[in-house]
Amino acid sequence: MKVCEAAVSNSLHEHWAVPDEVKDGREFILNPPEPELVLDYEIESRNYAKAGKASSDIKLTLKQLGVDPSVLRKIAIACYEAEINVVAHSKGGKMHANIYDDRVLVILEDEGPGIEDVEKAMLPGFSTADELAREMGFGAGLGLPNIKKNCDAMHISSRLGYKTRLNFFVLFDKLINGNTNEQ
Amino acid sequence: MKLKKIVELLEAEVFCPEKYLEKDITCAFGSDLISDILMCTKEPTLLLTGLTNPQVVRLADMIELQGIVFVRGKKPTPELVEMAKESDLPMISTAFTLFKSSGILYNEGLRSCRI
Repeated sequence: MKVCEAAVSNSLHEHWAVPDEVKDGREFILNPPEPELVLDYEIESRNYAKAGKASSDIKLTLKQLGVDPSVLRKIAIACYEAEINVVAHSKGGKMHANIYDDRVLVILEDEGPGIEDVEKAMLPGFSTADELAREMGFGAGLGLPNIKKNCDAMHISSRLGYKTRLNFFVLFDKLINGNTNEQ
Repeated sequence: MKLKKIVELLEAEVFCPEKYLEKDITCAFGSDLISDILMCTKEPTLLLTGLTNPQVVRLADMIELQGIVFVRGKKPTPELVEMAKESDLPMISTAFTLFKSSGILYNEGLRSCRI
């Protein structure tokens, strides 16, 4: 039985959150086209003094490009939560923002140690944050749910002992959760 | 409600340029959990919190806070005061608890931010 459990916990876990309205969601995340502009950042493990700088920079760049303030807010929140996740839980990693005409695709890849159960991590309130993170005001267990809520499509894949990869995009002229402007 | 009035009501110490006190505060939210603050605030708001680490100011870059009230006698470090100046963010500190501060401001007509 022990062997079986280990096999389960150590398998690749993934979670997709793509509303039906976002028809190209999966395809776009799996095979992203060539972006107009790419922003790259290194995210350091446990460096809370620096944490959030990449997200601030992404927000500022998109603001300068004229993205609507309500959309900017959603992008900033999703980016910040994702960046904090890498700072608080991983050995460090990279964050990229691929900017297109109609959306921003954000890609985070860390150096491990991986998530044991991605579905559990998606549950509001579930947290494995350490004491340091909690002292800083993190660890509410709302990171991934907050990202899901603020983006138009997301995908996360992880495996215990390996890297975690998170991709999400936010459309510039569409409201979140499938409420299009045309309605 | 002017920030100046909030300073009076909460008997607060001011950690920002005097001119910021003329700022109009439209609504408020109180929490010590960053994800809660991010998830629950749907408009620019005054934040009441006991958190005094740099992430609170970083948060203001993300969601446009109108200002921060540090409660329970928490005070910002000089480093935080500098960061806030760069972001034009008003900061004040009160000895009152989060509950008491919120109650006073609510009674005076300051509404809760849209959540």
